[in-house]
Amino acid sequence: MPQSKPVSGNTAFLVLVGLLVVLTGAALGYVAGWFSPDRLTPKTLVHAFAPASGPPLGHRRNHAKGICFTGELESTGAGTEISRARIFTRGSYPVLGRFNLGSPDPNASDAAVRIRGMSLLISGPDAEEWRTAMINAPVFTTSTPRAFYELLLASKSSDPNAMASFTKQHPEFAAFASWANNGPWMGSFAEERFNGLNSFIFENAAGVSRAVRWSFVPETTATPVSPAQLSTKGPDFLEQDITERVARGPVRWRLIVTVASRGDPTADPTRAWPPDRPTINVGALVVRNIEPERDGPCREINFDPTVLPAGMKTSDDPFPAARSAAYARSYDLRTAEARDYPRTVTGDAQ
Amino acid sequence: MNEINATLPERLLHWIALVCALVVLFSGVGIVSTVQPKYLSLISVHKLLGISLLGLVLVRIATRLGRPAPSVSSRRAANPLKALSRLLDRLLYALLIALPLLGWGMLSAGSYPVELAPGLYLPPILPQSDTLHTILREAHAYLSLALLVVILLELAAALSQLLARKEEHRISDTIVEPCEQEA
Repeated sequence: MPQSKPVSGNTAFLVLVGLLVVLTGAALGYVAGWFSPDRLTPKTLVHAFAPASGPPLGHRRNHAKGICFTGELESTGAGTEISRARIFTRGSYPVLGRFNLGSPDPNASDAAVRIRGMSLLISGPDAEEWRTAMINAPVFTTSTPRAFYELLLASKSSDPNAMASFTKQHPEFAAFASWANNGPWMGSFAEERFNGLNSFIFENAAGVSRAVRWSFVPETTATPVSPAQLSTKGPDFLEQDITERVARGPVRWRLIVTVASRGDPTADPTRAWPPDRPTINVGALVVRNIEPERDGPCREINFDPTVLPAGMKTSDDPFPAARSAAYARSYDLRTAEARDYPRTVTGDAQ
Repeated sequence: MNEINATLPERLLHWIALVCALVVLFSGVGIVSTVQPKYLSLISVHKLLGISLLGLVLVRIATRLGRPAPSVSSRRAANPLKALSRLLDRLLYALLIALPLLGWGMLSAGSYPVELAPGLYLPPILPQSDTLHTILREAHAYLSLALLVVILLELAAALSQLLARKEEHRISDTIVEPCEQEA
């Protein structure tokens, strides 16, 4: 047998293995985005929240300041008409939640932040869970995660024209800006209406699917106050107020689900649906206990809006997926930095 | 894989596992690299296929345990490449057991529901813990790199066997032909 045969065999082998490694590497690189530097990744999106002074170590990368609460969802049973989620069956389901400010600063002054949020984890039968994170704005800032990323960059840009140029390129921002500038301010979390803004698909037991949005409407009478009045209050007045209110007695919201009509913009949270759309009073949120976040039960929860019970799923709205990806990144970062946010004020890590 | 002692279904199972492992690996890389809606599909595929692999490998090990092990003399007789191939298989199966368990543990330690499909949940296997979540997440990421290396080595080993067999065929052809002429 000629000597050259095994040599050529070995060469072929090495070439094929080399090809295998290069192709696999290239394919993985493609998936990882090495060849698309402009791609929005969880990392770049979350990084864009960080102020110039750096991200809030140990805290959520946005909505960093918050306070935990527990209570329950008292379902009326009316929700079963639109979703087979067992959480909507008449009954009472435990809720773990968090009131928060839409700012990456965990020490923000309550009066200085326009966006206020409420996040919920509602536990249904067995392991079923519904997690949702809502804000007090009636519409969202941008139509796409990409535009939202551009907004984050523009809002902290040193270029004085950055915001003007952003609003020019994104006229859809006007609806949010109008609310931010002219909408009412409330003196309490208890008076805020918290809106889900994103569209989801509900499916009922008969298999009928409908696009919906939801809001938690306060049962507490809302009395708008001026921003000037709020600025005279202490930096934590919202947390103090809700703690005192709940200590006096439960604070309640009604869970209102709005059902879309054919053609309503489900993929764009900057566009409100017409006000005549049918609504269903699905239940009441009852907040019974307030606890500081530092060592509270909401601290270790990622209020990922794609954690949904069977009977609820995401729609063509691109935000829940983007939020899920970003929240996971934020969660991974802050849990790895837990020592930067001690569980006791004195700094004891335990 | 070590094909001497493997039955056809075992070999099939092995290759299915390898292909699935690649898919899980790619979906895992995709998960941390996109905020688009496909992020959610990637997570579904990753979790469902990952846990299926855990089941598949356990079945594979059970079928292996059910049969008598090859005798020591036949193991000694096997060439070193076969021994290496067997080691590679064991590494692959160890990773395909460890990685899904790490992922499951990581989600548990992060207080996430471990949902495989709408309404289909696995129970948490760990209590919430920032420290555990961080350690398990890093172990999950680094061991997935090890999985990539092992898969590539498996493919390289298979390639080498394929080329060797071709070579054997050619040699046996050259030996057989003169015999046929004699007949």
